Amino acid sequence: MVQNWNDKNGNFNTASAMDFLPREQLKFIQSQRLSAMVQHAYNNVSLYRNRMDAKGVKPSDIKSIDDVSKLPFTEKSDLRDTYPYGLFAVPSSEVVRLHASSGTTGKPIVVGYTEDDMEVWKTSVMRCLLMSGINRGDFVQVCYGYGLFTGGLGAHGGAENLGCTVIPASTGNTERQLMIMRDFGTTAICCTPSYFIHLIEEAPKYGIDMKSLPLRHGVFGAEPWSEQMRNYVQKNTNVVANDIYGLSEITGPGVGCECSEQNGLHILEDNYYPEIVDPDTGEVLPDGEEGELVLTTLAKRAMPILRYRTHDITSIITMPCKCGRTLRRIRRIGRRSDDMFIIRGVNVFPSQIEVALMRVEECTPNYRIILERQKELDTATVEVEVGEEHYTDSVSELDALRKKIRTSIMNIVGIKIEVKIVEPNKIPRSQGKAKRVIDNRKI
Amino acid sequence: MRLKQLSVFLENTPGHLEKVCKVLAEAGINLQTITIAETKDYGIVRAIADNPEKAADTLKDNGFFAKLVEVLAVEVDDKPGALADILKYAAEVGLNIEYMYAMTRPMNGRPVMVMSFKDIDAAEKIFG
Repeated sequence: MVQNWNDKNGNFNTASAMDFLPREQLKFIQSQRLSAMVQHAYNNVSLYRNRMDAKGVKPSDIKSIDDVSKLPFTEKSDLRDTYPYGLFAVPSSEVVRLHASSGTTGKPIVVGYTEDDMEVWKTSVMRCLLMSGINRGDFVQVCYGYGLFTGGLGAHGGAENLGCTVIPASTGNTERQLMIMRDFGTTAICCTPSYFIHLIEEAPKYGIDMKSLPLRHGVFGAEPWSEQMRNYVQKNTNVVANDIYGLSEITGPGVGCECSEQNGLHILEDNYYPEIVDPDTGEVLPDGEEGELVLTTLAKRAMPILRYRTHDITSIITMPCKCGRTLRRIRRIGRRSDDMFIIRGVNVFPSQIEVALMRVEECTPNYRIILERQKELDTATVEVEVGEEHYTDSVSELDALRKKIRTSIMNIVGIKIEVKIVEPNKIPRSQGKAKRVIDNRKI
Repeated sequence: MRLKQLSVFLENTPGHLEKVCKVLAEAGINLQTITIAETKDYGIVRAIADNPEKAADTLKDNGFFAKLVEVLAVEVDDKPGALADILKYAAEVGLNIEYMYAMTRPMNGRPVMVMSFKDIDAAEKIFG
């Protein structure tokens, strides 16, 4: 049997070997890891133990990766309800890193990593960068936020492990980002796709010609993006723009990534096992069918996660990839089964907006969120009705109220979202569950 | 002279103002003047109607959000410096004009400015 160990760029790194394992061997590793992980989770996390007991599933029932569907699901609300450390399966003395992401009601969710978990994470990101054609010798500018968000330090760790020259630029200050890109000779960039498009648009203002830069690789993630955006990036720069997928609950960036084929994202399924389920019934769907992505961590000690409901809608591609990797691919994420939306890399739940509005006494509970894509950038606008007595005759008072609402949202969500005070009864009233998010984007 | 001004909060979209004027026309209400304070997203239409109460009710019945706000109609001499004198006087007594606009019809042969004050009672004593 011929194995194509090198990718199309001719690069080989032993870390990538796992990408090319024969399926049988991969399945053997997955099965071994799953059964050990389930035993560990059952012994150390009461939530998992109680759920498995309630389903009548014992750790000894989990012998093969095919048994994964016997396990109970985990929801984001479980992480919130056990805040901060309720799903940790090791003593704090073994936890070397904490990260956090926004929760649905303003309270964050916390994730932890052991030393081994950190290695798995870094190696995962490293394999993703390799898939995208990045290697030792590349100057990697990381413009994800550094801090509690997994994006910055996650991408950083992988790039550094790979032996790249890492530039921890973090977010913001567009002029400085562009200056660094030009002066330091950045060859690869990791950021949100919308931020990179912003950089492309701003570059001419600072006299920078993106096409004359040595920048060749872009690994973009943390928000859904489209083929149209890829075409825009690849047309206006010399960058090969690849999609990377990840979420803090599972590890952060590095769960999956596109290869040189740019046709679906390989999931690193030796570490993160993907299933597709019917979002309504939870029933497992065969490869090829569209449904909700569910992920199980196979190699995480500090915080093992069983069958996490990502609410991301996709399908598993059945055809083997031309790049030679045996890791299955998922189609790019275009939509979600819940109302969550992502603006500038930040997860926003309508419930957060609602809490922010309720903190402003002038607001009524009648609101909706309009999502749009302008010049390839996602924007959100909150439309809200205020109490009748607050529709004053004064433009300045209305404007002050608008700013007050915007500040309240900023305090909870962490980013600036535009607010529009609309006429009374403008927001359609619905019988059942109100439709809060109007998505006018075409992804 | 105290007037009841019609204030309508309107979304800044095409056809919206036309609809306001249309429902008033259909109710047989004549507008003496109309002006719009606009921002990017919305506008506040301010109008003096012949029958302000009926105008407000008509608009409300048609789904608009109309309010009556008290303003002052001030006659101004039709000559250079007349308005400046009034404004100077208002400033001297500490009255702040929130906004103003002109009526389309003269009163007693003189032009009329509609002015909005925070403290309309004090303003009326001086300009009423």
